[in-house]
Amino acid sequence: MKNFIFEIKEGLLISLKAIRANKARSVLTTLGIIIGVASVVLMSTAIKGIDQSFQQGVASLGSDNLYIDKWAWFDNDIPWWEMRNRKNITMEDFKAYKDLAKLPISVAPSANSQRTVKYQERSVQFVSITGTDYNYINTTNLSFDEGRFFSELESNGGRSVVVLGSEISKKLFPQGGPMNQLVKIGGNRFKVVGVLEEQGSWVMGNWNPDNQVYVPIQNIFKYFVSRHSNSITLNVRAENSQMVEATKEEALGIMRRVRGLKYNEKNDFSINQQEGLLTNINQTVGVIQIAGLLITGLALFVGAIGIMNIMFVSVKERTREIGIRKAIGATRRTILGQFISESAIICLIGGMIGLAVAIIGSMVIAQFDFPVTVDIDAVILAFTISLITGILSGLAPAYTAAKLDPVDALRYE
Amino acid sequence: MNIINIEHIAKIYQVGSEEVHALADVSLRINKNEYVAIMGPSGSGKSTLMNILGCLDTPTKGLYDFSGENVSQMNDNELASIRNRQIGFVFQTFNLLARSDALHNVELPLIYAGVSSHERRERAEAALENVGLKDRMTHKPNELSGGQRQRVAVARALVTNPSIILADEPTGNLDTKTGADIMRLFHEIHEAGNTIILVTHEEYIAEHAARIIRLRDGLVERDEEVVNRFIPV
Ligand SMILES: Nc1ncnc2c1ncn2[C@@H]1O[C@H](COP(=O)(O)OP(=O)(O)O)[C@@H](O)[C@H]1O
Ligand SMILES: [Mg+2]
Repeated sequence: MKNFIFEIKEGLLISLKAIRANKARSVLTTLGIIIGVASVVLMSTAIKGIDQSFQQGVASLGSDNLYIDKWAWFDNDIPWWEMRNRKNITMEDFKAYKDLAKLPISVAPSANSQRTVKYQERSVQFVSITGTDYNYINTTNLSFDEGRFFSELESNGGRSVVVLGSEISKKLFPQGGPMNQLVKIGGNRFKVVGVLEEQGSWVMGNWNPDNQVYVPIQNIFKYFVSRHSNSITLNVRAENSQMVEATKEEALGIMRRVRGLKYNEKNDFSINQQEGLLTNINQTVGVIQIAGLLITGLALFVGAIGIMNIMFVSVKERTREIGIRKAIGATRRTILGQFISESAIICLIGGMIGLAVAIIGSMVIAQFDFPVTVDIDAVILAFTISLITGILSGLAPAYTAAKLDPVDALRYE
Repeated sequence: MNIINIEHIAKIYQVGSEEVHALADVSLRINKNEYVAIMGPSGSGKSTLMNILGCLDTPTKGLYDFSGENVSQMNDNELASIRNRQIGFVFQTFNLLARSDALHNVELPLIYAGVSSHERRERAEAALENVGLKDRMTHKPNELSGGQRQRVAVARALVTNPSIILADEPTGNLDTKTGADIMRLFHEIHEAGNTIILVTHEEYIAEHAARIIRLRDGLVERDEEVVNRFIPV
């Protein structure tokens, strides 16, 4: 055993010497390994980032929520034309549901529109305007940077007040001081009564509260869309996660009544949950995973072939050296070990460069609001993958070297 | 005492449909502390015999007994171990590792012998000092003259304290004066108690030895004492 460790140590020293003598070539051939390791690290890091961000997003919107809507958000089973032909969900439906429902801790209607939001010379286009009532805030876990959500009075009166998402506020008021200023939404003045805290959940896209503004729902119908042509969403919060199913059952019954459905008629509304979003996200993650694994696998395969090739060349070029080593007492196992550790070291160096590339890459990506950090798992992953690749691609060349006949090898020119 | 005893050794190569008898039938005994030269024209089987004696190659037929051990029955690992501990090679083309300095070249057999790095260094330095290269230890082969390279090779051969030194045309790539220096070194090594077997095709080189074995067509043609042995001063 002691002898074995000794041989490994000596083998590594010999290998390092040989690699140092062939620096340029070693670096070139490790390109595949560099790309492979960089992509696997970036992929695992990206997936972790998406996951984290998604969890954040769900947390900020509340995971115990139901969204009663004309459209099924994530379910592809119902044909779209059938959903299009459904009656709109109206404010009357909302009021009727709210009166009958006992289980939800909070219920709010919402209607959306996209408009340009302006403050003096600054403007942000295509902002998602959510019209809702004062209860909306209780269906979410949103918190405030400044101010508050609109009050019951403002809500019922349909006042021209607005709550800004943090990103919108930053863009319109880079110097700060948004409170009580008048912003223009689609040409109409609204007074800022609150600014939300940053949620930072980029993965939610338009759902991200950072990129939204909130106004009393009457304004939406007054200024932006017709009350009759637009269907609203009912935002329902269950008491806790155990109560989600019961709340959903209750909602199903009440909504069928409210919508006047007979027992044999299909639901003309859908009850959406964030679980659906999770499935969607998982699909996205799956695609990234498959693409990442393909790129990684391909790059590593090409890299491994490259290393194997260069090791074969190296064995050929160093035939005489192998002969010398054998003449003065190197055994087959020593030679085998020498070439395998050489290839493993080349791959490890490649892997570490790949890791560095991935770390730099993730720092660059992080500049674009994509909060990713390479963690210790990724480092271990990179290390293991390059070590295994190195050993595997070194096997065949090392075996060739080990079984060389010393007399032939010494005579080789 | 016999250190080498070979009986009816043959080495036969199959070249196409033809058999080449590099060694046809050779029997020899070599004692401890002998200084033997093997001579013969090109193609007579000198190198083949040398490779078999040095356990680099195994005979097709015959028996090889090396200090009481039956080498002809040994496997690869055992042969490697014999080469490492018992035999020191010196080649015509030096055969040093081009990318390593003199010290590392001399250390190499000790690495394979499993000697600790500290002891290795001491012994390698001593061996280099012994061949007069104390101030060239960190030079690489291409920074050394031919004679100096061959001295590094001799140091490498000696560093393990082997039972025999095998030298295949050690002066073949050297000019006359440098060759004479190397032969003086061999003389000193022999005087110090080592066994030396030297392959050469030059009569005046062979006459440094005490005994000359002449090969022709894979057979021993003559095996005799040197009458007028040349002693370098
Ligand atoms: N690997 C081999 N395959 C075929 N023939 C060989 C091989 N090695 C040596 N020979 C032949 O064996 C004979 C002796 O070779 P060698 O021992 O190298 O002679 P020397 O060293 O005396 O010049 C030569 O005829 C040579 O061609
Ligand atoms: Mg020869």
